[in-house]
Amino acid sequence: MSTINHQWERFTFQKKLARFAVYLVTVAAFLASIRTVDVIPEFFYDAPNQISDMFSRMWPLDTAFYPITVHAALMETLHIATLGTLVTLIFAVPLALLNARNVVANPVVNWISRFFLVSSRSVNSLVWALLFVAVFGPGVIAGVLAIAFRSVGFIGKLLAEAIEEINMGTIEALRATGASWASVLIKGYWPQVKPAFFSIVLFRWDINVRESAVLGLVGAGGIGVVLNDAMNLFEWQKVSMVLFSIFAVVILAEILVVQIRKRMI
Amino acid sequence: MAESQQNYLQIRNLNHEYEAGKPILRGIDLNFDQPGIIAIIGPSGTGKSTLLRCINRLINPTSGEVLFDNVDLTSVEGKELRRHRRHIGMVFQEYNLVERLTVIENLLTGRLGYMSAWNAWRRNYTQDDINNAFELLEMVGLKDFAKQRADSLSGGQRQRVGIARAVMQDPYVLLADEPTSSLDPKTAVEIMELMDTLARRKNIPALVNIHDVSLAQRFAVRMVGMSGGHVVYDGPPEGITEDHLKQIYGGESWLS
Repeated sequence: MSTINHQWERFTFQKKLARFAVYLVTVAAFLASIRTVDVIPEFFYDAPNQISDMFSRMWPLDTAFYPITVHAALMETLHIATLGTLVTLIFAVPLALLNARNVVANPVVNWISRFFLVSSRSVNSLVWALLFVAVFGPGVIAGVLAIAFRSVGFIGKLLAEAIEEINMGTIEALRATGASWASVLIKGYWPQVKPAFFSIVLFRWDINVRESAVLGLVGAGGIGVVLNDAMNLFEWQKVSMVLFSIFAVVILAEILVVQIRKRMI
Repeated sequence: MAESQQNYLQIRNLNHEYEAGKPILRGIDLNFDQPGIIAIIGPSGTGKSTLLRCINRLINPTSGEVLFDNVDLTSVEGKELRRHRRHIGMVFQEYNLVERLTVIENLLTGRLGYMSAWNAWRRNYTQDDINNAFELLEMVGLKDFAKQRADSLSGGQRQRVGIARAVMQDPYVLLADEPTSSLDPKTAVEIMELMDTLARRKNIPALVNIHDVSLAQRFAVRMVGMSGGHVVYDGPPEGITEDHLKQIYGGESWLS
């Protein structure tokens, strides 16, 4: 039997103080933001009535509207998403390679490519779309480029991370055979990142289908244009038809992606 | 492989330091002029792996010469370095196969130094390469595994693939960095047997880093003992005494 009582505490006194401070700041921030937001109680209490009113005007769906306008716009949206994702790859793959430290062992180059990847991600698709609508005018081109420019950062970053996680022993072995840099890339890096690559691209395509549905709100083509028009004209049954179509397409895309991924990995 | 006589390997005054002022290899002078297994023994961290990697320039040595195929490998770069590398086969402790490719394609990656990247992309291997790969695979006893993925194999099988890949290169010398350290004792013996057979058949030296002294003595035609970045023994395997082992590994309580 030991007669000494050993002292053990998970956190030191300083750490406890720091943790308490974090709680305090969180609560203070919450209270401060509630006061700033300035909720108008009347509007707030009114919300349930408004919601039920809107839903009653949305029902039933204007199914006749689908073949006239919605279908073509929906296809356009899918095309924007797909084309945008493909255009992304032209930029994202080289940037990912330049960003991966185990491909290019030059911090300056890594940093430059990181700069492009971060810039791409720091701007929302809708903002990219606004820019490209200003440049190319409203339409599909602006949508495709908006999707592409936003996705470059996403795919580039995740792909670079996947590349950095590969087993470098394999790369060493292939270099030792006298293989050229390009051959090592093809036979050493590519087989190892292939599953991650397709998984990332499919994931981004899935996101892009949803994002391209809203791009039309700023005039960048697709189903969003139809949605925007219907809302401006208070044609709620058409609005609900559009929303339902988007919902269905997103679900189908999800199922498709899951199936492909399952088969590939 | 009669021409490989002139391609044997000479290391002259090789030094390497990863950090300035902390040398790991100190003035290594070695001649490799006979075929068969040359076992390099020594404690961990004494620079055995570094030595092998300095030979094929996976690591650039700080100073010294590596004479191979009538060229000082430390003075060549780029395409010329790769042209020489393809005649230096290398085998690794962790096999370092391309796990997601089939066994046969892993063997064929041994030919990457002889083909363009475009042909590598299109898997455009020559018929000779494909024939050789299948024959070699049969020789190492893995004929039935040709079309399986490398990651479905056991450790011993993977190492056979690793050795076959190195032999596919048509090497004038083999470097093996602890090829048996991840394997059970029985498999380790089989792997050493295979390397011995192949080195003799191709009439080339095989430099093998190895921890198991008695296994090394069993197969080696010559042994090199390293300690503290120096070569402290270089001679026939039966010439190694307890005194040598004490000098190489330090201490003596583990000997008995």
